[in-house]
Amino acid sequence: MKRYRVKIEPEECKGCGRCVLACPRGILEQGTHLNEMGYAYVCVTKEGCIGCGSCFYQCPEPGAVTVYEITETED
Amino acid sequence: MTEEHVKFGKSKVFFDTFERRPGPIKKNMHYCPGCGHGILHKLIAEAIEDQGIQDRTVIIAPVGCAVFSYYYYNCGGISVPHGRAPAVGTGLARALPDDFVISYQGDGDLAAIGLNEFLQAANRGESMSVFFVNNSTYGMTGGQMAPTTLPGQKTVTSPCGRQIENDGYPIKVCEMVNTLAAPVYIERVALTSTAKIMQARKAIRKAVANLKERKGFSLVEILSPCPVNLKMNAKTINAFIDEQMSRYFPLGCFRDEPESKVKHYAIRPVHDPESVKKVLFPPKLNIGVASDFKNQSKIFENERRIKIAGFGGQGILSLGIMLATMGKLRNFNVTWLPSYGPEQRGGSANCSVILSRNLIGSPVIDDNCNLLIAMTQVALDKFMHELKPNGVLVYDSSTMRVPTHIADSHPVFGIKALDIALGLGSLKCANSVIMGALSAILIDRYLEGADKMDFDRAFEEAIIDCFNKKPEVIKLNICAFYEGKKAVRF
Amino acid sequence: MEYLNRLLLKGNEAVVYGALLAGCDAFYGYPITPASEVAHSSAALFPKLNRTFLQAESEISAINMVIGASAAGKRVMTGSSGLGISLKQEAVSYLAAFELPAVIVDIMRGGPGLGNISPEQSDYFQVVKGGGHGAYRCLVFTPESVQEMCDAGYHAFSLCEKYRMPGYILADGVIGQMMESVTLPEPTTYVYDPEWKITNKTNGEANYLTTIYLENDDLERRNHLLQEKYRTVQENEQSAEEFFTEDAELVLVAYGISARIARTAVSRLRQQGWKVGMLRPKMVFPFPERALKKIARSGKTRAFLCIELSPGQMIEDVKLAINCELPVHLAYRLGGNIPSVAEISEKAVAIINAKGGDRA
Repeated sequence: MKRYRVKIEPEECKGCGRCVLACPRGILEQGTHLNEMGYAYVCVTKEGCIGCGSCFYQCPEPGAVTVYEITETED
Repeated sequence: MTEEHVKFGKSKVFFDTFERRPGPIKKNMHYCPGCGHGILHKLIAEAIEDQGIQDRTVIIAPVGCAVFSYYYYNCGGISVPHGRAPAVGTGLARALPDDFVISYQGDGDLAAIGLNEFLQAANRGESMSVFFVNNSTYGMTGGQMAPTTLPGQKTVTSPCGRQIENDGYPIKVCEMVNTLAAPVYIERVALTSTAKIMQARKAIRKAVANLKERKGFSLVEILSPCPVNLKMNAKTINAFIDEQMSRYFPLGCFRDEPESKVKHYAIRPVHDPESVKKVLFPPKLNIGVASDFKNQSKIFENERRIKIAGFGGQGILSLGIMLATMGKLRNFNVTWLPSYGPEQRGGSANCSVILSRNLIGSPVIDDNCNLLIAMTQVALDKFMHELKPNGVLVYDSSTMRVPTHIADSHPVFGIKALDIALGLGSLKCANSVIMGALSAILIDRYLEGADKMDFDRAFEEAIIDCFNKKPEVIKLNICAFYEGKKAVRF
Repeated sequence: MEYLNRLLLKGNEAVVYGALLAGCDAFYGYPITPASEVAHSSAALFPKLNRTFLQAESEISAINMVIGASAAGKRVMTGSSGLGISLKQEAVSYLAAFELPAVIVDIMRGGPGLGNISPEQSDYFQVVKGGGHGAYRCLVFTPESVQEMCDAGYHAFSLCEKYRMPGYILADGVIGQMMESVTLPEPTTYVYDPEWKITNKTNGEANYLTTIYLENDDLERRNHLLQEKYRTVQENEQSAEEFFTEDAELVLVAYGISARIARTAVSRLRQQGWKVGMLRPKMVFPFPERALKKIARSGKTRAFLCIELSPGQMIEDVKLAINCELPVHLAYRLGGNIPSVAEISEKAVAIINAKGGDRA
């Protein structure tokens, strides 16, 4: 079974909120901490990423959002 | 154990870090939060990566917010004058038939200052793809009105909202381009909901694939968020685009042609010297003389200055060219200077021909003329004063009379050139009739020894040289020449 | 196959022959009298060698197409007359800022405004002083004959490439329209392929060309480099012809058609015993300062006389070159009129007489 994980780079996010609006599972939230650029970056606050890529394609920054596919392998 | 791999992440078409960007920030783009440029940059990068054409792609940056796109793409980049991206792209695409040209333009760049360059490139069907960012405002300069600003929309240069009566209507670029025959692909998309971004992704991939397939000119217009200048947030800007912009600029595919319309991309310029010579150098005809040949007659010791004047259509300029060609074929330095411009479109025409063994200074004859050939009364009146004492006057006696005082002070020869030419069936050969007369005059009065024989041959060679691809013209003119020779009365 | 290399050509045609023989890959232009034959002969000849001729929608587009072809590492040319050159100036500033070589032919006509189509030399300021924005220079060749038009078309590229800068071939309506016999140079075997072209990579990164430097210090550094280059050009590439200058009391200074008239005037005056000569700049950027300075300090020359088809544009450079150490006079005509040899000769004699000079 495939699982997904979304990672948001706090130092690359400008906090525009597009990903927050677009996430079908509502797992992203506008943060309250400011990064070095002075933006309140978005945080992943819940589990449940379905790997749809909405956040990635909505994000205007090349490297702020990465979505990983996690494959369980047997030892 | 678990294994992770990236499903959606940064394209390799982007630099890992943006070292070309000045200042400390090297991971981010320079765009404002929520800006559509970044979204579009990613879609284009992904499409280039997937097509495997990164090493052969050139991205033209416009003037506007995207002026720095070369900070980010590891593709050939050039940041061009405002609005001229499709013209620069034309130069690139024609020069680089193996590469792929992307023109990235905003609404000021493409639809205002550069509308002509854009439409003309589209109309020629240049091999390029244009990504047109329509965000209804001028972003880089601080939110002024754009050609795409909606009616009533407030900007800093339309503070009361765009007034149609004053500012005209927003320009519908896709619809306009769709009236042209050449483009192969035209689509308008929007960067709002994920579903619409996925449609945009598809369109951009198509336009990039069209490049690779050499299909021709593709245009994707992208309705794009500019939340900072429009003073909106992520939610309200999406609503503005979906509910207001998309109503005026409807989304959809306007054209998608299956066949390629690019014809010229396979052409390769020819540079090998032999082929170049074949095109540019005249073939060696059996004419001319050895390089050390010199006409011996005394009259050639000094510069010879000839003025030919009449009206347009009498072959005035070509008569001059024949004389200059004769000179060239006999190793003289020659100059031929026409009256040019409106005069050549009817009205008077004249030219100056100078033959010299030495370097010729001024090609202009306004004095010291040795030979005046006048084909109209007006020409005679205008240029007679330039003729030297003892200078020769040759005129067309079918239409003109020469005052006796001129005949008293100059050798004067009247030839019924137009009459004779008419008799031969073409007014156009009147100039060769004159040449024939000139031959008779020169042989009788001025040429010496072998030069007497040489003039006729030089003339025939000049005619061959001037008209080497038109044998019937050569024949007619040679015939006229010998008629002219017979017509002189001494 | 045997070929002749001698042709009777118009100046406007000869410059195209020269460019093609130099390996010029593309011509982009818009027709304008009296430069139209540049486009006509390009249209006839470029396609025969599978090279590009494109009649652009405007001079603005044409020069921007030149930017594209040059950025792709190709030899490329455009041509126009004063009005069209005005339109090209923005992109010429870009070419200079990009450091892109390209050849621009200007066949000058009467101005300002629509003026007329007869010859003038009043584009000197806009071409030589950099008619576009910013501090830049272009190489400027000033041919006086059809042969030199061909030679300029042939040689301009390599000098533009040596210094990575645009160059003008600045001629007038007479030089463009007149025919003379021309000896064609051999087609080049040199393969132009600059490493900076934007399809190449440098250290694994794709090349790029830009002209925008938002940081003041970056732009200042960049501009210092450009100015340094222009100083090198000024130092190394001056080119002029001297005609009877050795013992001349009066030296005429002229280029293009004015030089041809001056040449005849000098020849006639010499026959009458007047000690006159001519300095003819073959390029006006760089301006032949050294040659002028040398003449000014020869002790023999007492004055200069500039001949121009403008109210006096080049004369400023002459005065600067000699630091106003000698009087510099001007003889000129406007509106398409050309001064006669007699006019020039009279003026020259008057200047010599006023200085107490005499025939030899």
